[in-house]
Amino acid sequence: MTLPHRLITASPHLRVRDSTPKIMWSVVGSLVPIIATATWLFGPSVPLVLLAATAGATLTERVFGNRGSLGDGSAAITGLLLGLSLPAGLPLWMAFVGGAFGIGFGKLIFGGLGQNVFNPALLGRAFLQAAFPVALTTWPARTGAWWTLAGDNLAWPFISPQVADALTGATPLGLMKFEQVPTGLWDLVVGSTGGSLGETAGIVILVSGGYLAVRNYLNWRIPAGIFITVAILASLLQAVDGVRYAGPMAMLFSGGLMLGAMYMATDMVTSPVTKVGSWIFGIGIGLLVVLIRYWGGLAEGVMYAILLMNALVPFINRATQPRTFGARTRLQP
Amino acid sequence: MPRHSLFRHGVHPPDLKELTAGIPIRRMPFPKEIVLPLRQHAGKPAKAIVRPGDRVERGDKVGEADGYVSSPIHASAAGTVKEVALWPHPDGSYATAVRIAVEPYSAQAPRPRIIPDWHGLSREELIEAVRTAGVVGLGGAAFPTHVKLAPPKDATIEVLVINGCECEPFLTTDHRTMVEYPERVYTGIRIMMQCLGVDRAMIGVEKNKADAIAALEAARPDDINVTVHPLTVKYPQGAEKMLITSLLNRDVPSGKLPMDVGVVVQNVASVATIAEVFETGLPLIERIVTVTGDGIRQPANLIVPVGTKTSDLIEACGGLMPDAKEIIFGGPMMGAAVVNLDAPVLKGTTGVVVLTEDDCRPAESYPCIKCGHCIDACPVFINPQLLGSLALVERYEEMEDHHLADCMLCGCCSYTCPSNIPLSQLFQAAKAAVRKSKAA
Repeated sequence: MTLPHRLITASPHLRVRDSTPKIMWSVVGSLVPIIATATWLFGPSVPLVLLAATAGATLTERVFGNRGSLGDGSAAITGLLLGLSLPAGLPLWMAFVGGAFGIGFGKLIFGGLGQNVFNPALLGRAFLQAAFPVALTTWPARTGAWWTLAGDNLAWPFISPQVADALTGATPLGLMKFEQVPTGLWDLVVGSTGGSLGETAGIVILVSGGYLAVRNYLNWRIPAGIFITVAILASLLQAVDGVRYAGPMAMLFSGGLMLGAMYMATDMVTSPVTKVGSWIFGIGIGLLVVLIRYWGGLAEGVMYAILLMNALVPFINRATQPRTFGARTRLQP
Repeated sequence: MPRHSLFRHGVHPPDLKELTAGIPIRRMPFPKEIVLPLRQHAGKPAKAIVRPGDRVERGDKVGEADGYVSSPIHASAAGTVKEVALWPHPDGSYATAVRIAVEPYSAQAPRPRIIPDWHGLSREELIEAVRTAGVVGLGGAAFPTHVKLAPPKDATIEVLVINGCECEPFLTTDHRTMVEYPERVYTGIRIMMQCLGVDRAMIGVEKNKADAIAALEAARPDDINVTVHPLTVKYPQGAEKMLITSLLNRDVPSGKLPMDVGVVVQNVASVATIAEVFETGLPLIERIVTVTGDGIRQPANLIVPVGTKTSDLIEACGGLMPDAKEIIFGGPMMGAAVVNLDAPVLKGTTGVVVLTEDDCRPAESYPCIKCGHCIDACPVFINPQLLGSLALVERYEEMEDHHLADCMLCGCCSYTCPSNIPLSQLFQAAKAAVRKSKAA
């Protein structure tokens, strides 16, 4: 007796209900409150910038990626995260180019999903920062009605944005670093400050990321390592010089730290696979963030901190291999 | 109750035992034909000693053990030998098997006991009787029990660990055995303790089998040192090494056996079988099989003659549901899908699980996103993520350096992988390739 239309597979025959696309689309879903908050804070420029960045990312994935790889949702995440790390007034074509670069040179060139060394969204942003430094650090002040577009969203490619004419504001980190003006903690937490789209409402990012951590779609050890390191170092430095160095809460809730720690550093592909490695990775990012913010030439250092640690991930993985059950020595890869 | 440490990592698959956990064991009618493969146990296959046309009674030997690590095969029903030829084996291959046309209403022939009463037997006589009865481990691996009972002279065994965890989802064979035959379990433990010369035995049972724990406690004799230990429900709690860690907090060294830490582990159904063969005087010719899953009409715990074809077993349980998709011998975590429904139940067949389309793994897998879930799941702390990527490019020698040999193919990594990468299948293939290259 044979089995018509029956299935023959290898064990195990059961599996968790999670799947890679489900994880990816859950991350996209968890970004919705952050996007809504940003839209409420910055106006209709937000969806436009996000759309442009996501279009750049997904189109590149569609054209150069493997067949059907759009469905796993990872390109959409790259686009959205890149968009959230950009200022609201950025010309849309730049956001598009950033998304395309992030996917093309940050991911596909390595062989697609799972193969890349650096976080594609951050690589896209690093590219934009290098190519358009002025546009990337122009934070339009919120003047006029909510529905007006910020800055020069509609500028044509390679026509210099007219930033000189626009009213611009500074980010809390810039104020602190270059003018020693602290920003109130409440403003930082709820996001009523200048900055990139997803830089501002720390509390919303914390809640959204916490949801992913509970679902085990996000490795909580990485943000925990970052937060603890930054908080300890900031406390120590504040004790040394309270005027020059902002306190731990201001450090945690300002700039891209929340978004970077919860969403960029925890990118599964570019973070360590072991638990111990995740702690090392998080602590390393925290150290670098403090170093760059306090002593570097830039006001903000989350992006470079994560990218630098991304480069170390293969070594961290090597150094933290598990010790096999009943074996005397660690694995020596 | 003593405190227990717990083995680390592992996964929590759904329990799914409610289908059959409360159903008493019943006997299935004799099928029209019995097929007894000569390869039913770990070690060398048996040698056929019957020829077509021979008349056999229930309990007659049809296959002789070939060497020390081997086991004899006995007819599980009276009838006439049809042929000795290749026949579909549950593992997907073909193996030499003795086919017997059963006379279902033939009376049990009056005959002397094949297996003597155990009272008053010496250690050597007991082990010889167990060997004659063809008793093997009934937990799945089917390792000949007489080999386990006679550890090498230089090994000192202190504790006998009885494995009543049954951590595989769906299966309730051990569960029902403990609930319905607790006395047999203890008799079997007595016999094993006498053979091994140990004075301490521990039974580990997962906490989800409260009625089994209660039955074992109620029947527990006072004159031997045996204790019942409820354990956390976690897969693979029933793996030898994990169970020893949980009960005794001893780690079996990599590449070693439980006896290297002074322990012998035996599955609870096998222990009950040892008692059964001495009780009935018949060799191991039938076993308890859980037939379950959403794809079977009447899930049941059945006493099945060894050699019953899968199709007859399914028929005895009301047949398949229309959406039945995959039929598995053993549990869903480590069991193998059967290709051919002519394949018979073996001594080591713990259950037959019929899965529907809903339960089955989807076909598509995604690239590894290095989430690390497999590393957090692996109970022997190897790196399935790294081994998987090495297996895909067939770098088997490197895999050996990364402790491929420690992998016991429990399937935790594949179970938990969100990208649905068939990790344990890859490791199985890698192990086979390594074996082949070593043999060459």
